[in-house]
Amino acid sequence: MGTGAMTSAIVIEGLNHHFGRGLVRRQVLFDVALQVAAGEIVLLTGPSGSGKTTLLTLIGGLRAAQGGRLRVLGRELVGATALQLTLARREHGYIFQAHNLHRSLTAAQNVRMALEMRGTLSDGEMDRRARRILESVGLGDHLDVKPDQLSGGQKQRVAVARALVGEPPLLLADEPTAALDSHSGREVVLLMQRLAREQGCTILLVTHDSRILDIADRTLSLEDGRLC
Amino acid sequence: MRTPLGWLQLRHDRGRFLVAIAGIAFADLLMFMQLGFQAALYDSNTRLDRAFRGDVVLISPKALNLQNLSTFPRRRLLQALDVPGVVDAQGLYIRTVNWRNPQTLRSATVQVLGFDPDADVLRLPEVQAQADRLKLPDTVLFDRGARGRYGEVIARLDRGEPVTSEIERRTIAVGGLFRLGASFGADATLMASDQTFLRMFPRAKAGSISVGLLTLAPGEPVAPVVQALRRHLPDDVQVLSHADYVQFEENYWRVASPVGFIFGLGTAMAFVVGVVIVYQVLSTDVNAHLQEYATFKAMGFRQRYLLLVVVEQALILAALGFIPGVLMPVWLYAVAAKATSLPIAMTLGRATTVFVLTLVMCLASGAIATRRLQAADPAELF
Repeated sequence: MGTGAMTSAIVIEGLNHHFGRGLVRRQVLFDVALQVAAGEIVLLTGPSGSGKTTLLTLIGGLRAAQGGRLRVLGRELVGATALQLTLARREHGYIFQAHNLHRSLTAAQNVRMALEMRGTLSDGEMDRRARRILESVGLGDHLDVKPDQLSGGQKQRVAVARALVGEPPLLLADEPTAALDSHSGREVVLLMQRLAREQGCTILLVTHDSRILDIADRTLSLEDGRLC
Repeated sequence: MRTPLGWLQLRHDRGRFLVAIAGIAFADLLMFMQLGFQAALYDSNTRLDRAFRGDVVLISPKALNLQNLSTFPRRRLLQALDVPGVVDAQGLYIRTVNWRNPQTLRSATVQVLGFDPDADVLRLPEVQAQADRLKLPDTVLFDRGARGRYGEVIARLDRGEPVTSEIERRTIAVGGLFRLGASFGADATLMASDQTFLRMFPRAKAGSISVGLLTLAPGEPVAPVVQALRRHLPDDVQVLSHADYVQFEENYWRVASPVGFIFGLGTAMAFVVGVVIVYQVLSTDVNAHLQEYATFKAMGFRQRYLLLVVVEQALILAALGFIPGVLMPVWLYAVAAKATSLPIAMTLGRATTVFVLTLVMCLASGAIATRRLQAADPAELF
């Protein structure tokens, strides 16, 4: 691997995954192989049940990988302990289908939590960065508003800000536009693209929203657990 | 500074937050009332014992408590004076009897103490000051703090009007007032001279006393004299230091009577009620935020961080619930003290005890509630 690992954000070889045990054991991923270069924006499409969300959770370290090779940002995730997975997750930004913002926290506090988790910045710096990124997603005047007072598109923009405020080298997104109308969906994706480009961040985005296919460097399709 | 997530989460759901604080306050209130009554029980039942002036106390080996002291021969007092270090010995006659309440004219139970009015046997200044009145035949002093309907009697005595009653078909004059207070064992106490006492109870023998109070020479250590008295006196008398005697009385109520156990159990039940309430609130809160906690786990927060959030909430609830929980009893103690004539009041020691119990209660509930955190699985988020 050597030089390949230096420039590839994700290297996957022979990745299989099963759900269940015994008689109900069912294979959902078959011998998946994939390389994503650092800074690349890759879209993963496919019908529902094709295994794309499973693949995303494995890459994100949200689920323990069972076999094959799965190297993300230079870390081998097959056979990793729970703590290693937790540490790996700190390098990723996540955007979920639902915004998953914390209801008790304001927009700025939600974004700040991503920085607090690292624990390396001063209070003032954390506040400043949270404010700056919310301004750059167009929510500079909604800093102290709680999620239930924001529209769907605004909430998803806060989620984008939260995912990117720590400048992660890898951004993973699962159907980020599914809950949004076409206009705000496109807006959110363009925002992701712009911020990721500025930060040199790799994006892997699962979607079957055909309206956003044009933002990708490359589009992959997964069908019945196989990449094609 | 860390975002105070636990606090923000609690504050977000005002209704649940208030219910939790009310629940903890209620549990604290219950504990305070139980512990308060328990302490009042011990305190009121040893109040007269503590007022006995004497370094060493003699009682019958058959004695159970102040209301059931039995008797022993008066001669033991003279024998006790033989022991070096003992400079004075006085006897007390104690009986519980029915008298006619001068106000309602109904029968009521009172405890009567008989003693030599010239001997200074009680640490009650009002009794000391009125010792001369006790020398009048058939005259007693009455407890201003007695439980029962005595308000008019006390008012009449305060105006200097004569008040009489009847004990064992004998007319008794109430010559004055002092303040002691009711106990669980006795509603009211009368002080009488030994002469009056023996006339009141013709069957009582002058040679049989209930309590012997020995005074030691100033500076004389108590323990060796107690040992010497035990060797010197026959087995029909029990020798105790004053402190041990008070402890003996308290132990009766703590151990032999069911009352101590009942209040202890009441406190334990209040504690359990508190645990259940706090657990309900915290586990509901954890459940309501499971998705958000899973998101934090996905972002790279460790389980430990979420545990601390629940602990933070438990501590906040403990502290905020304790404030009304300690203020309400102050008021209720005053109400209870008035209604029962028992010495009930807030003490720093008890407040500390209940605060520590509240912390334990909240942390224990928090610890149970955190088991729900395992259910926050970040893989389920996508």
